[in-house]
Amino acid sequence: MAKLNINGTVHEVDAPGDMPLLWAIRDLAGLSGTKFGCGLAQCGACTIHLDNEPVRSCQTFVEDADGATITTIEGLNGKVTDTVRAVWTEMDVPQCGYCQSGQIMSAVALLTANKMPTDADIDDSMSGNLCRCGTYHRIRAGIHEAAKRLEA
Amino acid sequence: MMNIMRKYGLEPAMETSRRQFIVGAAAVTGGLVVGFGAGAATPGKQKEAPTIDPFDAYIQISADNKVTILSSQFDMGQGSYHGIATLVIEELGASWDQITVQGASGNKAYYANLAFGGTFQGSGGSTSITSFYTRYRTAGATARTMLSEAAAKAWGVPVTEISVAEGRLAHKSGKSATFGDMAGAAVNVPVPKNVTLKAPSEWTEIGRVDARRHDTASKTDGTHDFTIDVKLPGMLTAVMIHPPRFGGTVKSFDAAKAKSMPGVVDVVALPRGVAVVAQNTWAALQARDAVTVQWDDSEAEMRGTDQIIAEYKTLATGKPGIIAVDTGDADEAFAGAAKVLEAEYTFPYLAHAAMEPLNAVAHRNADGILDIWGGHQMPDIYQDHAAKAAGVKPEQVRMNIMKTGGGFGRRACPADGDITAEVASIAKAIGFTAPVKLQWTRENDMRGGRYRPAYVHRLKAGLDAVGNLVAWDHHIVGQSIIKDTLPFLLAKNGLDFMSVEGAANMPYTIPNFRVGVTNAEVGVPVLWWRSVGSTHNAYATEVFLDEVARAAGKDPLAMRLELLKDKPRHVGVLKLAAEKAGWGVKTIPKGHALGLSVHESFHSYVAEVAEVSVEEGLPKVHRVVAAVDCGIPINPNVIEAQVQGSIGFGLGAILAEKVTMTAGVVDQGNYDTYTPLRMNAMPDVDVHIVASDASPTGIGEPAVPPIGPAVANAVAAATGKVYRDLPMIKDG
Ligand code: FES
Ligand code: FES
Repeated sequence: MAKLNINGTVHEVDAPGDMPLLWAIRDLAGLSGTKFGCGLAQCGACTIHLDNEPVRSCQTFVEDADGATITTIEGLNGKVTDTVRAVWTEMDVPQCGYCQSGQIMSAVALLTANKMPTDADIDDSMSGNLCRCGTYHRIRAGIHEAAKRLEA
Repeated sequence: MMNIMRKYGLEPAMETSRRQFIVGAAAVTGGLVVGFGAGAATPGKQKEAPTIDPFDAYIQISADNKVTILSSQFDMGQGSYHGIATLVIEELGASWDQITVQGASGNKAYYANLAFGGTFQGSGGSTSITSFYTRYRTAGATARTMLSEAAAKAWGVPVTEISVAEGRLAHKSGKSATFGDMAGAAVNVPVPKNVTLKAPSEWTEIGRVDARRHDTASKTDGTHDFTIDVKLPGMLTAVMIHPPRFGGTVKSFDAAKAKSMPGVVDVVALPRGVAVVAQNTWAALQARDAVTVQWDDSEAEMRGTDQIIAEYKTLATGKPGIIAVDTGDADEAFAGAAKVLEAEYTFPYLAHAAMEPLNAVAHRNADGILDIWGGHQMPDIYQDHAAKAAGVKPEQVRMNIMKTGGGFGRRACPADGDITAEVASIAKAIGFTAPVKLQWTRENDMRGGRYRPAYVHRLKAGLDAVGNLVAWDHHIVGQSIIKDTLPFLLAKNGLDFMSVEGAANMPYTIPNFRVGVTNAEVGVPVLWWRSVGSTHNAYATEVFLDEVARAAGKDPLAMRLELLKDKPRHVGVLKLAAEKAGWGVKTIPKGHALGLSVHESFHSYVAEVAEVSVEEGLPKVHRVVAAVDCGIPINPNVIEAQVQGSIGFGLGAILAEKVTMTAGVVDQGNYDTYTPLRMNAMPDVDVHIVASDASPTGIGEPAVPPIGPAVANAVAAATGKVYRDLPMIKDG
C-alpha cells in the first residue's frame, strides 16, 4: 500500500512504486481531471503539481511522491487559480477541453512563479502542453490578461 | 446523396424541402418534449404528427424547469452543442442557465444529417449548423408556442399577450410562470402546424458578439467528462496489441507470463489483434509488454512510404484514371502557349492525433442491452458494427455519446466501426462479465491508420504572350477516401469527389481546364482529416497559382482578382483579408514577406494572409490575417475560435507533420516523432468575419486549407524557395 497525499487527502492505494502517478491518480484515487495524452512527457495533458512544482504525472512515479503533496486540477485553488479560471471562461479559451487541465496547471505554475510573464516566458513554460484544437492564441492572451488582473 | 454531391458542386448546402420534418410533441413525466419525424413530402396530403419517443426528441422541458437539448450533432470541441443551443434558445426564449445539451442517438429519422442524404446520423463536413439551422429553430419556436398557449389558457388571456424571455412566461397583469410550471399543461396543446420563426432583425442570441460558450467552466476544473473518464462499478481496462503492419493478422500468441501478472484478468485474441484486460490501466500496460505475438503478414501492406510515393510520381506523369473536369481544349492551349510551367507537389500521410487517444466503454446490462460509450460520430453505423462484433442484434445495442477530446475526422469510421466494434468484441470475449474500457495508447492511435492519404500532384499551366492564364492541367494521385468508407457516394465513373474537391471546382476562370485523378490501391486505411480534399488541393492550386503569377510578373492578389469572375464571396474575403493585412501598402519588417490564399470549402469562404520570415532556413510565421464568410454568423466568438484553432492545426501539419512507413511499419509513435504545432510556433491571428445574410455554413474546417498556401507563398516571396514537398521541416 502506498500513501498519496492528493489535494490534502491521503489516499491509500494498492500501487507498485513504479506505477506512474497518472494512473494511480486516475484509476486508483478516482480523480479523472488529470488526462492521459501520450504517456511519454510529450503533451502535458497529465500535468500535476508535486510540492507546488508542475510535473508530468505520466513520467513521475508513485515512489517519487512519498512524503510529497500532490495537487491536481480538482484541488487547485487560490487567487491565481481563480483568476485563471475566470479568464479562461470569459475568453472562451477551451475548445474540446481535453488538454485544458494540463494547460491550467502549467499556467497557474507560471503565474505563481512569474507575475508578469513575457511572450518568451509563455513560450518556455507552455510549449510542453500540446493543444490539438489550437487554443494557443487564447491561452497566451489569457495568461497576459490574468497577470494584468492579478497585478491590479 | 445528392446533398453531399452538392458539396462538390457550387450550390449552397441549404436545408431543402426534399424531406419534410413534421413536428410532434409528447408528455414525459410532467414535461414537454418536442421533436420531429421525417415524412415524405407528398403534396396535398397532410401527415399526422408522429408519436414522439421522449428519448428521440430535440427538446425536453421538465417540470423542474430544466431544458435539455438533444443534439443530433456531435461535439468534438468545435462548439456544435453551443451552436445548436443558440438556435433553440433564440426561438424558445430559454435562459442559458436552465439548459443542458446532450448528445443524442438512436433514431435515423429524427437525427439524420440532410447533408449526408438524410439516411444516417453523422457529424462531419462542417455540416452541423447548415443541416440543422431550420430544424432546431423550429423545435424551439414550437415549444415556445405550446408553452404560451398553455399559459394563456391557464390565465384566461389571449395568447398574443403572453411574453417569453429568459425562461419565463409573463402577462402584463403581473402573472408569470416558469417553463417548468407550464410544461405539463403544454403537452395537451395541439402541436402548431406552422410556427413563424423570428426575423433576423429580432434576433438576440444568433450573432451575439459577447456570447460565450455555456460549457466552459467544467473544462477548467476537471469535471468535464470524456470517454476516458467513464467510471462503472467493477470496470476493467483493456489495452490493445495491433499488428505492426496494416492488413496483418494474429498467427499465434503467448500470454502465459502476462496472465500471471498482478491485476491481469484475461488476454484475448480479436479480429484486429490481441487485447489485454486488467484491473487498471497500468496493470494492463505492464502485461501488454509481456505478451509475445506471431503475426501473419501474408495479406499485409509491405511497402514503405518512399516506395509508395515513388510509384505515385510515376503514375502522375501518365494519364489520369478518371477525368473530373475537362473544359476547352487543354492540350491545344498548351501547344499554343507562350510559356508553360510544370510542377510536382507531394503530400505525406497525416494523423489526426487528437489529444484523447481513441477509447470506448462497453457494458452489458442485466436486461441484455449492451451499452457502448464513446465519441460516436456516426452512431447509427457504429451500432450495427458493435452489434455484429458482440453477436447481438442492433436494437440490443445502445450508443451513449460522450464528449470527445478532439476528433478532426478520426471518430467517423463507417467502414468497420473501429474502436466501437473493438470494444464490443472484447466485451464478448470476456463473456460480458464486467464493464470494460478500451483505451488505446498514443502509439496505438498514431499507428492505427485512418490517415489523411498521401498524394502526389502534377500541375501544368499555360500563359499566353501577354501573361494571361489560358490553360491548366492538374493530375492528383492517391487513395480514395470514400471507396472504403461510404462507397455509395462514388460517382458512376468511379470518381471520389473528395479527391478533387477544391481542385476541380477551383474558382478561377481558365478557358482550358482539366482535372483528373488516379486512385491508387494501397493497404493503408485512410479517412477524412479536417477539411478533407481541400487539405492538399488548396495547397497545390494556390501555391502553383503564385508560381504562375511570378512567371507572369503579376501581383498574386491582382492576378486572383482578375481570374475571379462572378465569385463575389471569394472576392469579398480576399479583399478584406488583403486590406486588413495591409497588402501592398504596409511596411513590414526587413526579411519578412506576405503571402495570401483564398479557398472555399463546405460553402464557407476563407482568405488568409500570412506574414513570414525565414530563420536559420526554417519558416517562422508571425501573423495571420483571416477573413471568413460563412453566411449568417451564428456565434461570432465560436467562429473566431475555430479560425484561430484551424490555423494552428493546419500550420502544424504543413510545417512538420508526417506519417511515414518503413517496409510497411509506421515510423512515428508519439508526439516526439509526430509533431503538431506548439505554443512557441503559434502566430498572432487576426480574424475578420464578413457580415452576411446567406444561409449559415460550417466553420469547423474551412480555415484549415488556406494557411498552408498562404505561408508557402510568403516564404516564396521572401526567399524564392517554393515548398513543393510537405512537410516543410523534414526532421522535427
Ligand atoms: S500524458 Fe503525460 S505528458 Fe502526455
Ligand atoms: S482544447 Fe482540445 S486539445 Fe486543447
